[in-house]
Formats: sequence, structure tokens, C-alpha cells
Amino acid sequence: MSEYLFLIPLLPLIGFLINGLLLGRLPRPVITIIACGSVALSLILSVMLFVELKSLPVDSRVIEQTLLPWISSGDFSVNIGFLLDPLSAVMILVVTGVGFLIHVYSVGYMAHDPGYGRFFAYLNLFTFAMLTLVLADNYLLMFVGWEGVGLCSYLLIGFWYHKKSASDAGKKAFIVNRIGDFGFLIGLFIIFWNVGSLEFDVVMKQAPLVFAAGGALITTACLMLFLGATGKSAQIPLYVWLPDAMEGPTPVSALIHAATMVTAGVYMIARSSSLFVLAPDALMVIAIIGACTALFAATIGLAQNDIKRVLAYSTVSQLGYMFLACGVAAFSAGIFHLMTHAFFKALLFLGAGSVIHAMSDEQDMRNMGGLKKHLPITFMTMFVATLAISGIPGFSGFFSKDEILWKAFSSDHGHVIFWVIGVATAGLTAFYMFRLIYLTFYGNERMSDEAKHHLHESPKSMTVPLMVLAVLSLVGGLVGMPHIFGVTNYFEEWLGPVMAGAHEPVSHALASGGGDASMEWLLMGLSVALVAVCIFLAYYFYRKNLKATTSLAEKLSGLRTLLVNKYYVDEVYGALVVRPTVYFSVFLWKIIDVIVIDGCINGMARLGGDISDTLRHSQSGRLRNYATIFAAGVVVLVAYFVFG
Amino acid sequence: MESLILSLLIFFPLLGAILVALVPSNQHSTIKGVSLIVSIITMILSFAVYSWFDEVATGMQFEVNYSWVTSLGINYHLGIDGISLLLLVLTTILTVLCIISSWNSVTKGVKGYFVSMLLLSTGMLGVFCALDLFLFYVFWEVMLVPMYFLIGVWGGPRRVYAAIKFVLFTMFGSLLMLVALLYIYFQYQAFSGEYTFDLLKIMGMPIANQAQLWLFGAFALAFAIKVPLWPLHTWLPDAHVQAPTAGSVILAGVLLKMGTYGFIRICLPLFPDATITYMPWICVLAIIAIIYGALVSMVQKDIKSLVAFSSVSHMGFVMLGLFALNMQGMQGAVLQMINHGVSTGALFLIVGMIYERRHTRMIADFGGIAKVMPVFSAFFMIVTLSSIGLPFTNGFVGEFLILLGAFKANYIYGVVAASGVILAACYMLWMYQRVIFGRVTHEENKKLTDLTGREKLVLIPLVILIFWIGIYPKPFLRRIEPAVKVVLSQVSRASTVQLNEKFELEPVPVYGETGEVLEKTLTDNTGANR
Repeated sequence: MSEYLFLIPLLPLIGFLINGLLLGRLPRPVITIIACGSVALSLILSVMLFVELKSLPVDSRVIEQTLLPWISSGDFSVNIGFLLDPLSAVMILVVTGVGFLIHVYSVGYMAHDPGYGRFFAYLNLFTFAMLTLVLADNYLLMFVGWEGVGLCSYLLIGFWYHKKSASDAGKKAFIVNRIGDFGFLIGLFIIFWNVGSLEFDVVMKQAPLVFAAGGALITTACLMLFLGATGKSAQIPLYVWLPDAMEGPTPVSALIHAATMVTAGVYMIARSSSLFVLAPDALMVIAIIGACTALFAATIGLAQNDIKRVLAYSTVSQLGYMFLACGVAAFSAGIFHLMTHAFFKALLFLGAGSVIHAMSDEQDMRNMGGLKKHLPITFMTMFVATLAISGIPGFSGFFSKDEILWKAFSSDHGHVIFWVIGVATAGLTAFYMFRLIYLTFYGNERMSDEAKHHLHESPKSMTVPLMVLAVLSLVGGLVGMPHIFGVTNYFEEWLGPVMAGAHEPVSHALASGGGDASMEWLLMGLSVALVAVCIFLAYYFYRKNLKATTSLAEKLSGLRTLLVNKYYVDEVYGALVVRPTVYFSVFLWKIIDVIVIDGCINGMARLGGDISDTLRHSQSGRLRNYATIFAAGVVVLVAYFVFG
Repeated sequence: MESLILSLLIFFPLLGAILVALVPSNQHSTIKGVSLIVSIITMILSFAVYSWFDEVATGMQFEVNYSWVTSLGINYHLGIDGISLLLLVLTTILTVLCIISSWNSVTKGVKGYFVSMLLLSTGMLGVFCALDLFLFYVFWEVMLVPMYFLIGVWGGPRRVYAAIKFVLFTMFGSLLMLVALLYIYFQYQAFSGEYTFDLLKIMGMPIANQAQLWLFGAFALAFAIKVPLWPLHTWLPDAHVQAPTAGSVILAGVLLKMGTYGFIRICLPLFPDATITYMPWICVLAIIAIIYGALVSMVQKDIKSLVAFSSVSHMGFVMLGLFALNMQGMQGAVLQMINHGVSTGALFLIVGMIYERRHTRMIADFGGIAKVMPVFSAFFMIVTLSSIGLPFTNGFVGEFLILLGAFKANYIYGVVAASGVILAACYMLWMYQRVIFGRVTHEENKKLTDLTGREKLVLIPLVILIFWIGIYPKPFLRRIEPAVKVVLSQVSRASTVQLNEKFELEPVPVYGETGEVLEKTLTDNTGANR
């Protein structure tokens, strides 16, 4: 079975090649079968390999396959090879599973789009790149997937390329990601020139021997890798591309900008956990950035009116949670939240897509309302997802978020401030999510009559994926219940062999006994209580007493303007980075290149010309002149010999 | 056959040029047909060289060495290593593609045009094969003439200015090179009593430090103009913008490589001490070129001059890799020479295709092309990505190795140069967006036709190379490796030379004569790698 590992990424690539090379000339049903079928086969294969991996003894749960040598130069060499271990097994299940559902959903959502074939070709290419990213057995092949998903993101954000805003957003995403990739590359250089390899197992084994723990070298390397992660996973300061990425078709937002691609940074850090535990300073930076991003993005989410933008900022915020987990060395908690988030956030986006579809492409929540009775399935499933993301006990998000909060408090790298920020973010999350639900599904129907006329529940191909994801959002957290519930945390145990320091916090929590357990109960209770309060506030402001909202908004108009304008970060970047670069470039071109350099060179040429021109006149052809010069020369020479 | 093959390869296009010259000027299709067949046969010959080439052997292959001007010690000495091999193949492939691409675009002076193309081909192939400095110089100058005419006769509105600028720049460099060459010639006579221009023999001669600095400077100036290294690049945008499409393709694809090739073949092996001394300076200039080229490229309004400035940036990468003076950097640099030929060649071809339809190259005149020319847009996208250096395209392998090597040489070089990777994405994607995306705003663009079969035929081989080198670069890297090892071992003599001067030990072993010594250590190395 394990010899078929390479087929998991390869199948979607084949799908891409068929649909891509034929440029959508195939009939639509064939395109659909190729696109969805290839991902479905990958999913089946992933499940089979997962089962096989599980059947192996805990210490030897690794399946490796090398396809071909890739780059080798002197003592540098990397292969195209794949690695299936518990971590990548979780990832391929999420990617192929959620990916398949979104492929199916897209069949309905994109049914009327002229670029149907192109869309599915890109989607398959994305799946290939994402699977390469998570299955790579070395950093460089991971980087291939890393850039590959970035490319697909670029192509899919700008899918409706005739819209300037869409192609702008795609370009912005690519360039901002490139800034992160710059960091990733520098990180790789440091790792390679110290370890002598880029293969994960060699690097992880050698790193503790080569790098001094806490030293400047490993800290720089980790921070550079993290810079890469901030680009891909939309963290401060490079998060600015993700909200704009909502220009892409909604299934793309669900797959790439919520469930899979944007979590690549978290995966990369979890994959490198053995490096990061050597650099506690870098971990602290990650925790701080993660916590700040979580809170910062959540506040922006409060004031957005575009349904997809709310979800986009929510994604940035939830990714911040995952980095907070990584930053306190609770890598498996980060991956756990990555998984549950993939379920409920994909569901929220697909639900939003269903709403937008029904509303004839309206995305502004101020023009919605009362959709509950028109879109019952969409409403029910989105409601489940909202409960999950808000952290209502029993739902998947509760378990993963609670684990992160507890680790942020209790881990050796944790701090009570991280917990406070995390809980505050949880409260804000519950607020803006219920605001979204109330504005969209409750209250007056604020849409135009024309739009109201077209309202309809989405077709089966769209609602069935919603229902499947709703089930996953409900039960997906049960694999990782906390120890205080008196059960095994299967998820943590499964990832244990891959994660550095995975056993540490567990033993720490168990060893310290009752005191910690009651603390954990207390903190859990506090966060649930805060969430409940915030849900009530959302109910009060957006359902019960809309007038209060308006008056509150007037009172806080300054803050509101700040939030609506997203703290003016784009404007600041534009003024400080983008425009100066362009002006400087124009200066280089018009002044330095044309006037200074070329001017000097042309000047030299002209000087040469002028000198020759002057000299030319001496060749007058007049005998008298020549004779005079000749005579003068003789005089000078004679004088020289006589007096010299 | 094997001993004749290089001569055949070099002079077959010349023979073809004579043949074409004999065809009456008005028989356009015969002229084109003969030129195409000649260039295709030349390409097949280069493939034969490629397949007969021993990829693990060190030293020169297919060597021939006849006395040419005996009294002056000038020899007809040819031979190639892995570096020249790949450049030869690149040259012949690009020549074929250029001839196909000029099929309909050249209407006046058809005969002269194709004769020039074939002559140019002889000059270029000769430069890459010559192992006698004088022969090298002859081919170097021969190449200049047809290029001058290609720009000056078949170019754009300011073609004469551009052509003269191109020639003056190059001539200025080559004069200095000639002086340096003669100095070496007499120096060698004083050293060994023999008059020769033979590169391999001269490589064994120790040259005093001070003299190395001057000689390196003279050669380096000639080569740096060709590369072009900042700030000697200003002839390039003019030449590119004015040159006809095929001229630009050959200029960017092959002629610029003459400069970097000269550094590898002559500067580094002959003047190891000067190489070490100048290394930081050249690296800094290369990095300036990377960033400067990219920034200026970003604000260009003409697609062709955008690509021209991007060449300055890309060739900066090549120079940086060469002067990283380690395996990864240099191998990456040689591969990037090929990559730049492929990707930038393809970009110029693409610009040419759209120019033929619209007779403009201004970015602002386009927009929304994706709608009317989807196949064109797809090709353009692939080539753009390769120019940006996306993984699994050729550009990535080259740039990654260069940066890896530069980082090892001095991490600051690596870090600063890597920022060029960000800028490349900025200027290429911004240009692509403005040309391809958006709505069709110009009426003239609404009825543009997509690529013809002939145009696809031109681009497909380059796209195949883009992915081949990107996904499976091993065949190329393997052939470059032994040659790069030789160059590195020659550079590494630098410290030995200094030691000898200090302690007055016996003279350094001569490369040609002690080839066995070198070869042994080198084969040991390759053996360990395999």
C-alpha cells in the first residue's frame, strides 16, 4: 500500500493537466468527474494509508517514498520524496476531505460560470500543491508546495480577472507572500549550512547537536521561518492580503483562505517543532504575534459589514490562536485547532457562499436579514458552525480552543497574559459571529424585492457538503478531549511521536495533580461564561434592541471609523512602503540611469568627439600652417638640446 | 567524426550563410527555407555533441589543436567542457526558434537578415568553443558585425543610435581586452620562451599580483559591459528596445552570456589572486544590479525595456553566483545563464508576438488580453512564473543555488540578494496584470487573434525546457559540475601563488602538463559524489 503514497498528490495533478491542457473544452460533466474524481481517489487513498499507518507500532509510524533526485550540487542534494507520519496523515485527511467536499460544493456554486473548466483545473492544481506541501520529506520540496499554493491562491483570487479589484487582490497576495518566502529561504540557508541537509528527519535529529539551544543562530533561523509563516498564514505584519483575498469565488475562500493553505504556516512550525523548542525567544515572539493577531483581527471583525470580510478577519484571528499554541510549545494543540477550524470555518464560508448565491451575489449584511426561513439548511448548518467557533461546550471548537487557552496559561512557555488575550478574543469571536447570524438570518428582510423574488435554498450539491461539515464541526473535537474529562486525548497521543516536547506539558499537568485540574476547570468555566455574556450582548444589540446599537455606534463613532477602516493599516503600508518604493524606482530610472550614468557615458563620447573635432581643424591642408608648426617644433627641440 | 564535430558545428552556419547569399534576393521562401534547414541541422549537430559528451570526465572534450598562424603562435584550438556544451545547445535552439519567429515579421532585406542570423550563429558558437585567446578574440569580434546590422537595419525608430551605442560599448571593452591579451602573450614568452595564445598553457603561468589586478581589470571591463554589470548596462535597454524580436532574443539569450562565460573561462582561471581581491567589489556590483534592475524594471512603461532591465537584475544573480566562488553558487550561475536564455528569450518572443499584432509595446495600450488571447495568456503566465523563479520552473533551481552559494560566501550577500526575489514578483506580476487582466479598454485589442500554430511551435520547446530544468535539472547540473570543479580548483591556486612568492618555492604546477594530478583528485571527488 505504502508504495502508492505518491499517488495522493499526483492524482489531482493529473486532473489539473487534463482539464488545464484542454482549456475547458471538455463537456462539463466530464470536467466535474475528472476534477472531483481525482480528489475523491486521493481521499480514499489517504484514508487507506492512514489506516495502514495506524496499524504500525507507535514508534515506527513513518512511511517514506523517494521518487527522484531533484537538485544536487556539491554537498547539497535534495530529492522529491514524500513522508507520511502522524502529522502529515492528519493534514492529508483534512486537505483531501475538506477539499473533496468543496470540490463537490463548487459544482453547484460555479454551475453558471463560463470559466468552469479553468476553475476546476486551478482547484486541482491547488490540491496537488497543498498535498505536496504537507507530504514533502524535506524543506525544499515543502517550499515547492508552499509557493505552489501561493500561485493557485493568486490565480483563484484573481479568477474573475476582468475585475480590477480581483486582480489587484491576487497580486497583493502573491507579493506579500513573497516577503514571507524571503524569510523562509533565509531560514533554509541557515539550516542547510549548519546541518548539511534539508531533510526533516536529519534536521530534527541533528539540530540539537549542531545549534546551541537559545543561541542567536537558531533563534534567527526560527524567526526567519516564522516570517515565512506570517506571510502564508496571514499574521501581523503580513496579514493584509487575506481580507482582500475575498475577491475570489467563495469556495476558494473556504478551501484556500480558511481551511487549508493559510494553515500551512502552522503546519510548518509544527513540523519544525524540534527546531523551535531550541529557540525559546523565537517561541515567545510567535506567542506574542499570535495572541496580538488574534485580538487585533477580532476587533476589526466586529465592524465589518461584508459577510465574507467578517469571516476573513475571523480566520486571521483563529490563525492567531494556532500560533499562540505553537508559541507556547503546544504544537499538537495548534494542529488540533487547525483541524477543527478547517471544519467549521470551511462550513461558515460555504454557508456564506450559499447565502450570497441565494441573494444574487449580495455580500453586504446590511441588505440581508430574515433569511432563516428561506434557507433553512444553510441556516442550521451555519448555526452549528457558529456554536463551534464560539466555543460552546461539546462542539469541536470548544475542545481545541480550550486546550490552547489552558496551554497558554499552564505551559512552561505560557503566561497568564496570553490566557487573558485568548479569552478576550473568544468573547469577541462569539460576539461578531452571533452578530453575523442575527444580521443575516433574523430580523427584517432588508433586500430589494427583486432579490427577494430570487431567494432560494441552494441545490443538493451545495447543501450536502454543508451538512457533512456540520456533523464534523459537531463531533470533530471529540478526538481531543481534555484529561480532566477523565478520557484519553487521542489526538495528542497520535501526534506525540512527531512533536518535540509533546510529553512535557502532559506529564506536568498530571504530576501536579488536583490543584492544576481544578484550575483548569475554573479557567474553562470563566471562558465559557464570558462567551455566554458576549452572545447575550450580540443578541441584545442586533436582535432585541437595534436602537441601542445605533446610539452606541454614535457614541463610539471614532472607534467605529477606526475599525471599519481596519486601523488604516493598508493606507500606512501604502504611504510607508509601496509609494516610496515606486518613487525611488522612478528616481533611479529617470535621474540615475538616464541622466547620471548614461549622461556620463554619452558625455565621454561627446568629449571624445569634441577633442577629435578640435584636432581635426589642425589638419587644415594649408602648407603654410604646417610649415609654421614644423618650424616651431624645430625651435623647441633645439632649445631643449641647447639649454636642457 | 568526434574530432571534426566542433568545427562542423561552428562553420556549418557560415556555409549556410554563403549558400543563402547565393540565392536571388527576391526568392524569399527559398532564403527562409534554406536558413531554417541550416539552423536545424546545426541544432542536430549540437545535440550530437551533447549526446557524445562524457558527462563525468574533467577537462576539455572534442579537443582539436592545429597551428593557424605558426609564426605568431596562434592556434586553431577548440574544445568544450560542460559549461560551453550547454551554451552551445542553447545557442542553436534559440537560433532555430528565432528563424521561425522571423518568418513573417521580416519583409525588407530578407536575404541580409537571414545571412546575418547565420553569421551571428557562427560567431557565437565559435566563442564558446575557442581555447586559443586570439581565436576567442576573433570570434568575439565577428559576432559584433551581424548584430550591429540586425539592430541598425531591422530595428525600431532609434535603431541607428542604439546600434552605434551597442558597438561603441563593446568595442571599448574589446580594445582593452586586446591590450591585456597581448600583454599576456609577451609575458608568457618571457616565462616559457614560447609564443602562444593557448588558453590552457597560459593557465599554468604564474602572474605577479599587481599585473593580475590590471589584466583582470581589462578583461573584466570587456566582459562586464557584455553582461552587463551595473553601471555599464545603459546600452542594453536601448539595444533591446530597438532590436527586432530575434535580435533581442539572441542578445539576451546568448550575447549577454558571452560576458559571464568570459569571466568563467578567462578571468577566474588566469587571475586567481585578482579574482579573490575583486570578489567583494564584484559581488556588491552584482547585488546593486539585482536590486537596481528590478526597481527600474518596475516603473518601465514599455514591456521590452521592462524585460531588458529585468535582464540586468537576472544577470546580476549570475555574477553573484560566479563570484560566490563555491560549488553551489557557480553551478547555479551557469544553470541560470541557460535559464535566463530560455525564459528571457521566451519573454522577448512573446513581446514580439503581441507587437506584430498591435505595433505597440506600451503596457498602457493593453489590458484584458486574457479574454481575447487565452492561449497566449497561458504561455505568458508560464514564462512570467519562470522569470519570477517559481519552484519547479527553471528559474528557481538556478536562483536557489546562487543564493545558497552567496549566503555561504557572505550571509549579507545572500540576504540582500534574496530580496530581489520579492521585487521580481512585483515587476513581473504588475506588468502581467496590466497587460493581461482587466477589461479590454482599447478598441484595437478586441479583435486580436490568438497564437498561430507557428507561434506555438516556437514557444512550446522553451516551455518544455522551463519545466524540464525545473523538475529534473540533474542532467544539466551533472554536466556543469566537473567543469565548475576545474574552475574552482584553478581559483584556489590563488593562495598557493601568494605562498610561492613569499617563500620562493618551486613554480606552481602547469594545468596542461599536470592535468593528471588535477584529474585524479577531481575524479576522486566525483566518485565520492556518485
